[in-house]
Amino acid sequence: MTLRRTPFNEREAAAGGRFVDFGGFELPVQYKAGLVAEHKAVRSRVGLFDVSHMGEIDVRGPDAVASVNRLITNDLEAIADGQALYTCMCRPDGGIVDDLVVYRFGRDHVFICCNASNRAKDFAWISEHIEGAKAVDEGEQWAQLAVQGPAAPALVQRLTATDLAPIKRYWFTTGAVAGVPSIISRTGYTGEDGFEIYMPAERGGEVWDALFAADPALQPVGLGARDTLRLEMKMALYGNDIDDHTTPLEAGLGWVVKLKKPDFIGKSALEAQKAAGLARHLVGFVMDGRAPARHGYTVVSETGEPIGQVTSGGPSPTLGRNIGLAYVPTSYTIGSKLHVDIRGTAEPATIVKPPFVTIGDKS
Amino acid sequence: MNPENLRYTKDHEWARTEADGTITIGITHHAQDALGDIVYAEPPKVGATLSQGGRFGVVESVKSVSDLFAPCSGTVVAINPDLQPGPKQRAELINQDPYGAGWICRVQPSNTAELDELLSAAQYEALLASEAH
Repeated sequence: MTLRRTPFNEREAAAGGRFVDFGGFELPVQYKAGLVAEHKAVRSRVGLFDVSHMGEIDVRGPDAVASVNRLITNDLEAIADGQALYTCMCRPDGGIVDDLVVYRFGRDHVFICCNASNRAKDFAWISEHIEGAKAVDEGEQWAQLAVQGPAAPALVQRLTATDLAPIKRYWFTTGAVAGVPSIISRTGYTGEDGFEIYMPAERGGEVWDALFAADPALQPVGLGARDTLRLEMKMALYGNDIDDHTTPLEAGLGWVVKLKKPDFIGKSALEAQKAAGLARHLVGFVMDGRAPARHGYTVVSETGEPIGQVTSGGPSPTLGRNIGLAYVPTSYTIGSKLHVDIRGTAEPATIVKPPFVTIGDKS
Repeated sequence: MNPENLRYTKDHEWARTEADGTITIGITHHAQDALGDIVYAEPPKVGATLSQGGRFGVVESVKSVSDLFAPCSGTVVAINPDLQPGPKQRAELINQDPYGAGWICRVQPSNTAELDELLSAAQYEALLASEAH
């Protein structure tokens, strides 16, 4: 099977990108600088990510807000036009179909950004379950770039006459970036300030070129650093930390579940789970030692019995320690010790309060 | 790039015969470059028995865990003190100087004929050329 390419593929190759298959897309896992340098560039200054593999679904209807609200856990009625939400979309049993960023353009227009790995699944789910509105899969139409880091807002501002200062975190606007009509969203997957810019796929190259012309030292960043950056913020990765068999409550995403809003798919299951109490939950931990814990490694009790699984893990370039996320019984809380089985040895770790890294606290 | 006086495996390890007959083992420049930033190494313990082609430890980058495969059979007589597991481990030496300061362990070989099966520098370079596309 040939891999799909984003509009930035040739530019990424010219910049020294090392390509891998990610969800059927050919994307760089790193560039010449390497993963650690790319990660640190985002925390200290600014980095550029090609996120065109993400999916986009456009929903229109007389009350698109209410129509989408019935499919998601967070509450679109609680935000204004021009604001976006991070949310889960659940099955009737509370399991997570996907995590999404949902943009409220207006009562009659909602725009959804979803994970690359779930594009077909989400579009099928939304098409099947939405009432009173029509969903269109716009994944092929859009290219997307993320500019992230403390210097990111100033860089993006140089390319647009639209005043970005009033656009606060999780707000968005539309405007021309390097002359290309775009959606400019103050969102991201790194914890840093910055923007995600959606532009017509055929014009993406103009925006990329303009960014590098404005900042020749701009660091292109691959998927490897994208993962270490989000892990440091304990941001979930679908397929690793959340999936069809985990609920938002178990995953520590109760803050995006608004049980007081009218009915949505999964509401009664989540209410029941909340009333019964959770058996397991997703925690963040820091390893004592130098051996990294990784996805799939078993969490064991003091007496060596398996009690959970690591869902994401690896070295934290900012902390210089090994960090990870795992599902463990709810009796294990912040400050509890746990052990991860690494090739037969029970390596100790401590559960910490997330995020692992505080923005502004650079090493 | 790949020193002439070493022998190589298709799994990108190198082996050097020392004056005292022991074999020093490490991973090649190609291997460390492909791994990227190496963050952790788990060398074998002194006294461990290796068999040629068997897994004898790991080297880890940020993203991945890579098994090490023994170029030859024998007993481990030393490991690089800079790679001793613990807070002082300097795994980055494997990136910085894979044929020198980044050596992994030293083995007393049990069957020196095995070394003749390993690749020369020229053969290893031909292997790399054929793998590249």
